[in-house]
Amino acid sequence: MIKLYNDGRRITAALSGDIDHHAARRMRAELDDVIARSRPEMLILDLENVGFMDSSGIGLILGRLKAVRQCGGDLMLKNVQPNIAAVIRLSGLSTLLAEGVKA
Amino acid sequence: MKREILNETVIRFPSLSANEGFARSAAASFASQSDPTVQEISEIKTAVSEAVTNAIVHGYRDAVGTVELILRRYSEGTLYIAVKDKGRGIDDIVQAMTPLFTTAADEERSGLGFSVMESFMDKLRVRSAAGRGTTVIMEKKLNRRVK
Repeated sequence: MIKLYNDGRRITAALSGDIDHHAARRMRAELDDVIARSRPEMLILDLENVGFMDSSGIGLILGRLKAVRQCGGDLMLKNVQPNIAAVIRLSGLSTLLAEGVKA
Repeated sequence: MKREILNETVIRFPSLSANEGFARSAAASFASQSDPTVQEISEIKTAVSEAVTNAIVHGYRDAVGTVELILRRYSEGTLYIAVKDKGRGIDDIVQAMTPLFTTAADEERSGLGFSVMESFMDKLRVRSAAGRGTTVIMEKKLNRRVK
């Protein structure tokens, strides 16, 4: 599930539930819709309520990073939980993001 | 020293993506008998999710088939996990296990599944034959607190 908070051209998408291959497909469609419609300057993915994420989530984040940069914006992660930080660390994704990943 | 199986379960399910969550929860629930840490449970769930997703996305790419999840607790405190499919198999295992290699980039597969399994588990073995299927065997030591 995704809740959106709009602060000008900074959009926060609060994701919740597990991010796996099953869930990522729908999240991908929803987020791409937001990016295409709003062309955010910064898309902030808030992972506070994400209890689980595997490498499907890495694919999801990388794909949205590309999409948002094609529109001239950037992407940040917020409230990354420790178990998810471990997967992100392994992927090297942190180095590609606007503000890295603190966890 | 021969190790004994303390407990074992075999779960079979169709290769539907909704079963990814079921499989990792079942593995976590089984593993909880060994009194693992929160971090260990998280690592087990992630590794199982990767292996089962591979079976669903790659093993049974064009069809629905049966995935088998075998879980065992061994006497010396090891958790054994096998994920088997009878799908298309892997042509080149070394290439498949290379970080970031993927045959499904258009579906945003990151190519990190085996890297995650390798990093979160203590042992990883992959057996595969083209057209006959793939078996992923993983083991993790949870021996510190087992009675």
